[in-house]
Amino acid sequence: MKPLLAIALKSAWNRRLTLGLTLLAITLAVTLLLSVERIRQAARDGFAQSVSGTDLIVGARGSPLQLVLYAVFNVGEASNNVDWQSYQSIAADPAVAWSVPLALGDSHRGFPVLGTTPAYFEHYRYGDRQPLRFTAGQPFNGLFDSVIGAEVAAKLGYRLGESITLSHGSGPLPGLAHADKPFTVAGILAPTGTPVDRRVHVSLAAIEAIHLDWQGGAPVPGLAIPADMVGKFDLQPKTITAFLLGLHQRSAVFRLQRKIADYRAEPLLAVLPGVALDQLWQTVGVVEKALLGISGLVFAVGLAGLAAVMLASLNERRRELAVLRSVGAGPRHIVFLLMIESLLVTLLGVALSLAVVSVAAWLGGPWLAARFGLSTLPLAVSPGELRLLAGIFAAALLVSLWPAWRAYRLSLADGLIPRL
Amino acid sequence: MSHPAIAISNLAFRWRPADAFCLELANATVNAGKSLFLHGPSGSGKSTLLNLIGGVLLPARGSVSLLGQSLGELSASRRDAFRADHLGFIFQQFNLIPYLSVLDNVLLPCRFSARRARGVSEPEAEARRLLNALDLDPALLSRPAAELSVGQQQRVAAARALIGQPEILIADEPTSALDAERQAAFVELLLSEAKQAGSAVVFVSHDLRLAAHFDHSLALTA
Repeated sequence: MKPLLAIALKSAWNRRLTLGLTLLAITLAVTLLLSVERIRQAARDGFAQSVSGTDLIVGARGSPLQLVLYAVFNVGEASNNVDWQSYQSIAADPAVAWSVPLALGDSHRGFPVLGTTPAYFEHYRYGDRQPLRFTAGQPFNGLFDSVIGAEVAAKLGYRLGESITLSHGSGPLPGLAHADKPFTVAGILAPTGTPVDRRVHVSLAAIEAIHLDWQGGAPVPGLAIPADMVGKFDLQPKTITAFLLGLHQRSAVFRLQRKIADYRAEPLLAVLPGVALDQLWQTVGVVEKALLGISGLVFAVGLAGLAAVMLASLNERRRELAVLRSVGAGPRHIVFLLMIESLLVTLLGVALSLAVVSVAAWLGGPWLAARFGLSTLPLAVSPGELRLLAGIFAAALLVSLWPAWRAYRLSLADGLIPRL
Repeated sequence: MSHPAIAISNLAFRWRPADAFCLELANATVNAGKSLFLHGPSGSGKSTLLNLIGGVLLPARGSVSLLGQSLGELSASRRDAFRADHLGFIFQQFNLIPYLSVLDNVLLPCRFSARRARGVSEPEAEARRLLNALDLDPALLSRPAAELSVGQQQRVAAARALIGQPEILIADEPTSALDAERQAAFVELLLSEAKQAGSAVVFVSHDLRLAAHFDHSLALTA
C-alpha cells in the first residue's frame, strides 16, 4: 500500500482545485461544529456559574426560577418582599457563615440598582469561585457612594467621582427620578461576564434614604427631605428583595432549606443556585441543541460535497485506474486509493478546523468571556469534542466507501481497457 | 525454461452464463522470446482476450497458462501480483498517468512488483537506458507525462512495459495513434528491446501490414 500513498498524494495534488474547495467546505463545516460545541460548553459553564460559592438564595415564596431570575439576573420582579426581621433571624442561624441582603427595584439609565451591604463585595463569587475585583476605587463608604459594574462604566463612560442619579422602577420615567439625592461613583468593578457587570451597587441605607419621602411608588406631594437631612432618620430597611447565604458546611444546606420553607412569620423560599440555574438552562438550552443540529446538517452537506466530487472525478480517473490495474494494482488497491483521498481531505479539514478554533479561542476567548459571560474557552480538546471528532471520522469513512465501491465496480467491469 | 510463455487451450468466454460465447480459441501457444501478431475485426474479442491473459477476467471454459501457471488456479489478488511480476502492457493510448513524471511512469511496475524491481540492479538507470534506447529526449524525463506528444507517450509506455524484463509483453494496438512511417519504426524498436529482454510478445492490431515483423500471426474471427 505504501507506493499507493505517494500516488494518491500526487493524484490528489493533480486535482487540487476541486479538492481544495472541498477541503474548504469540510474545514468550514467542522469549524462550525467545533465552535458551536465549544461555545455551547462555555456558555453552559458560564451560565451555571453566574453565581458560585453561594449555598442558598432566599426570597418570597413563589417559583424557584422566578427567584433566580430576579435575584441573579435582575430580570422580572419579586412577587413579595422579605421582611428585615426574617432576614435577621435566618442569617443568625448557627449554620450560616455569611449573608448578603439584596434590595432591587430602582435603576439607573436602564441598569438595575442593587442595594446591599459591603459583605457583597467580600462574599459574592462567580465562575470558578472568583471574587469580585475593583479596577478603580473601593466598596461604598459614605451613604451616597455607589459601585458600578464594568459594563455600566464602559457603556456610560463613567469614572470615579462621577455624579449619578437613580430612577424609581426599571425605566427612566420623568418625575420618578431620585434627582434630589445624587450618588457618587466610588468604585468600578472588573469585568466578570455575569449580571454583576450591569449592576449599580449602593448601600441598603441609601435605598432607604432615597425613598424616605416616597410612598406607594411615588413621591409624597409636598414632602421633600433634602439629602443632608436624611442622616436624622432611621435608615434601617424594613424589607429587602432577597438574600444570599453561605454556610459553614455544605452538608447543612438541605436542613436549612427545609427550615426556611417552614419559617412561620412569612412564606419564604430557598433555592440551591446550581440546581435552579441548571433548570433554567434546560429551558434556554433548546437553542444550543438546535445550533448543534444545524451544524451537524452543515457537516452533512460538506460530506455530500466530498462524495459528489469523488464520484465526479471517477469518470476522468477511469483510465488512470486501468493503467494502475495493468501494472499490477488489484481492486483493493483501487478502493484504498479512493478511500485514502476522502480520509485525507477529512483529516486535513479537521486539523485545519482545530487550528482555527484554537487560535480563535486563544485570541477571542478573553473578549468573549468578558463580553458574553462565557467561561474561558477551552484550548484543549474535551472528551465531548473527542467523541464529536470520532463521529466526524466515522461519517467520513462511511461516506468514502461509496465512491470507493463505485471505483471497485468500475475497475472490475473495465479490466485493463476502460470502455469509454 | 521449458514452459511456453503463453499456452491457451480450448478457451471460451462469455460475460454471463446465459449469453453465447463471445470468444472461442481452441489453441494458441507463444514460446519464450517469440512474437505473435493477433488481428481481427473489432468485436472479435481482442480486448477480452487481453483481459483473460492479464488475469483480470477468467474463462468460462478452458485455460490460460502463463509460464506454466494456470491463471484459473490463482486467487484474484495472486493474479494481480502475477500480472505485476511477469507481464508488461502497452495500450492504444492514454497509457500514462498524466500527473506522474515520465520517469515515475516508467518505474510504476517496480513499485507494485518486488520481482520487477529486483530484476534490474538500478531501476532508475534502467529506466533511463530504456527511454534512451526508445529514442526519447532525456530532457523530458522529469516532465509530467501529460505534456508529451502521443508518439512520445507510446515510447514511454513501451519503456514501462519492458522495465524489469517481464517474460510477457502485451501490446494492444499501440501504433494506431501514430502515422505510418513511425508505426514500423516503433514496432521494430519494441521487438528488438523485447528480444534483448527475452520477452514473449503478443501484438494486437487490425493493420495487417505490420504482420511481417512477427514470428507468428493469428486471426480472431467475430
